[in-house]
Amino acid sequence: MNITVCLKRTPDTETRIQVAGDGVSIDSAGVKKYIVSPYDEMAVEAALRTREALGSGEVTVLSFGDDAVVEQLRAGLAMGADAGILLRGEVTMDGLATAKVLAAELEGRDDALVLLGVKAADDDQQQVGPMVATLLGRPCVTAVSSFQLEGDKAVCLREVEGGMEKVEVPLPAILTITKGTFDPRFASLKGIMAAKRKPLEQKEAQGAESKLTVRGMALPPARPEGRIVGEGADAVPELVRLLREEAKVL
Amino acid sequence: MSFEGVDFYDVDSLLSEEERMVRDTIRQWVEDRVMPIIGEAYIQRRFPKELIPEMGELGMLGANLPEEYGCAELNNVAYGLINQELERGDSGIRSFASVQGSLVMYPIFAFGSEEHRREWLPRLAAGEAVGCFGLTEPDYGSNPAGMITTARKVDGGWVLNGTKMWITNGSMADVAVVWAQTGEQGDAKSIRGFVVPTDTPGFTATDQKGKLSLLASDTSELHMEDVELPDSALMPNTTSGLKHPLLCLTQARYGIAWGAVGSAMACFDEARSYAKERVMFGEPIGAKQIQQVRLANMMTHITQAQLMVLQLGRLKDKGTMTPFQVSMAKRANVSMATDVAREARRLLGGNGILVEYHSMRHMANLESVYTYEGTDDIHALILGQTITGFSAF
Ligand SMILES: Cc1cc2nc3c(=O)[nH]c(=O)nc-3n(C[C@H](O)[C@H](O)[C@H](O)COP(=O)(O)OP(=O)(O)OC[C@H]3O[C@@H](n4cnc5c(N)ncnc54)[C@H](O)[C@@H]3O)c2cc1C
Repeated sequence: MNITVCLKRTPDTETRIQVAGDGVSIDSAGVKKYIVSPYDEMAVEAALRTREALGSGEVTVLSFGDDAVVEQLRAGLAMGADAGILLRGEVTMDGLATAKVLAAELEGRDDALVLLGVKAADDDQQQVGPMVATLLGRPCVTAVSSFQLEGDKAVCLREVEGGMEKVEVPLPAILTITKGTFDPRFASLKGIMAAKRKPLEQKEAQGAESKLTVRGMALPPARPEGRIVGEGADAVPELVRLLREEAKVL
Repeated sequence: MSFEGVDFYDVDSLLSEEERMVRDTIRQWVEDRVMPIIGEAYIQRRFPKELIPEMGELGMLGANLPEEYGCAELNNVAYGLINQELERGDSGIRSFASVQGSLVMYPIFAFGSEEHRREWLPRLAAGEAVGCFGLTEPDYGSNPAGMITTARKVDGGWVLNGTKMWITNGSMADVAVVWAQTGEQGDAKSIRGFVVPTDTPGFTATDQKGKLSLLASDTSELHMEDVELPDSALMPNTTSGLKHPLLCLTQARYGIAWGAVGSAMACFDEARSYAKERVMFGEPIGAKQIQQVRLANMMTHITQAQLMVLQLGRLKDKGTMTPFQVSMAKRANVSMATDVAREARRLLGGNGILVEYHSMRHMANLESVYTYEGTDDIHALILGQTITGFSAF
């Protein structure tokens, strides 16, 4: 049983994002480090654990982007994936364009499961997983925090507002993974060395045309400075009032 | 903001993709596993043994030895980067890995029998067994040639007697690589190496009490009283006397030269962020010239040290590195790190003496690192002899 994990190269989540001079993109000079988007990394972990539990099957990591993405595919291979595929092309903010590229590749593969992160750490759109599923005509479960295979079904736990939901889907299916049980492992040093010997196919992406135009990007306004409302027990009523009326957290 | 390291000269661009991945992986591991516990372990004076299995699993132990024996078979630059990152956490953690990899696994690999290799290397690599290296004695530190520990040949084996002091990992070790005199005292050529399971009758270890440095590390004394060993305990390829333990030390010193860069980076990183945040006389102390000079010096010296070990690693990978080059790097970099740590501690003011900050822990640790594996003085004498041809020991 084979699994493909779609992963995206994103700026490290600790990056202090700067808007570029054009006002519609991120200044890449300010990004010191790129990573595998954290939810995608959890998806890789989920795939590896599934393969380990089954004792068979292959895990492929698939990404769409420029040549630099090889670094993130290798990170997936170093964690333990068996093969990588890079679909070379320009990634845009248009989730549908990305989904079409990925679906075109996935169409011809025999994956019982396709896993993605619930969202990318950079654009936060949560579109690509469900769109890939729609394009492929396969069932999709989003925000899966853990799952188990039972025969030809996947039984997934989803986080919903204030609780958990248990969902069953027939395979092949698409799952988008969120926080919960799939804490990504460290790549072992042997894994890192083995990664460069694993197959990594590169080809041109098909049909990545974006219909979406970014009109502007702005950083959130600077947070106002902290305020000291007083000292000791006397200050408590005022503090409670402000927390309730201004901050609205009580 | 997590630890960033120092890379003022774009040294990253001189590293391969795998070397960077190794560095980043160990950096993250140290961030996640070492940093949250190290202060507490230090205060409790304990080596955090719970880290060993994962260090083994990830392949940090004997990482530059062959895959055939369960090791990661990394090149020496990647191996150096592991040391750098581990010592960024704590010199005690790096010491554990150095002893295990360079002083126990390396001699077993290079001088041991195939049986020794098969028996010990996979378990040592996996962290299922711990090793120690016994060379130093109470009366023979810088001058191990004079050692008085003896190995006497008897029918079917050897009998060891003597005391080894300052032995890292000594109390928790499953196996000890012990160096002993097989001839007359002072005959350095007759020194041989033995692979000694620590549960052999007559072998005991006691914890060194009263340390003020390297507190998160097991430092012990080994006592050997009529320790009977089979012939097979002798490492067959230790036929050139003291040269063999010195070859081990070259391996370990190489790693230490990298490790020192890591501890210096940790102190600089802490000092830099503290200088930007700590406000005194109405502005951050980092806006004052004195602290700027401090930070400028630290960064300059770290950058020099970083370039030195990288070239040393490339030479080692080419097979042309000399022990004299290692002496220079061990001496220069550890001395640099002791200075950086002290300056960082001073920049931190009163907070600088607290365990919540890292600089003073590094400062205290580095005094051990300055002394072990050839003191700063001894490496100066080694270089002096290389330069002039005169031995001044
Ligand atoms: C924490 C720690 C861990 C250690 N771990 C190990 C271990 O795992 N295995 C092991 O075998 N050893 C270990 N050692 C021992 C270490 O290698 C020795 O302490 C070191 O070699 C110095 O020996 P010494 O302490 O006897 O000092 P000495 O040799 O007595 O030196 C005292 C002083 O004299 C100076 N000196 C010595 N000779 C000369 C000379 N010819 N000219 C001028 N000055 C000189 C030295 O530089 C030093 O300043 C460890 C030590 C420490 C502190």
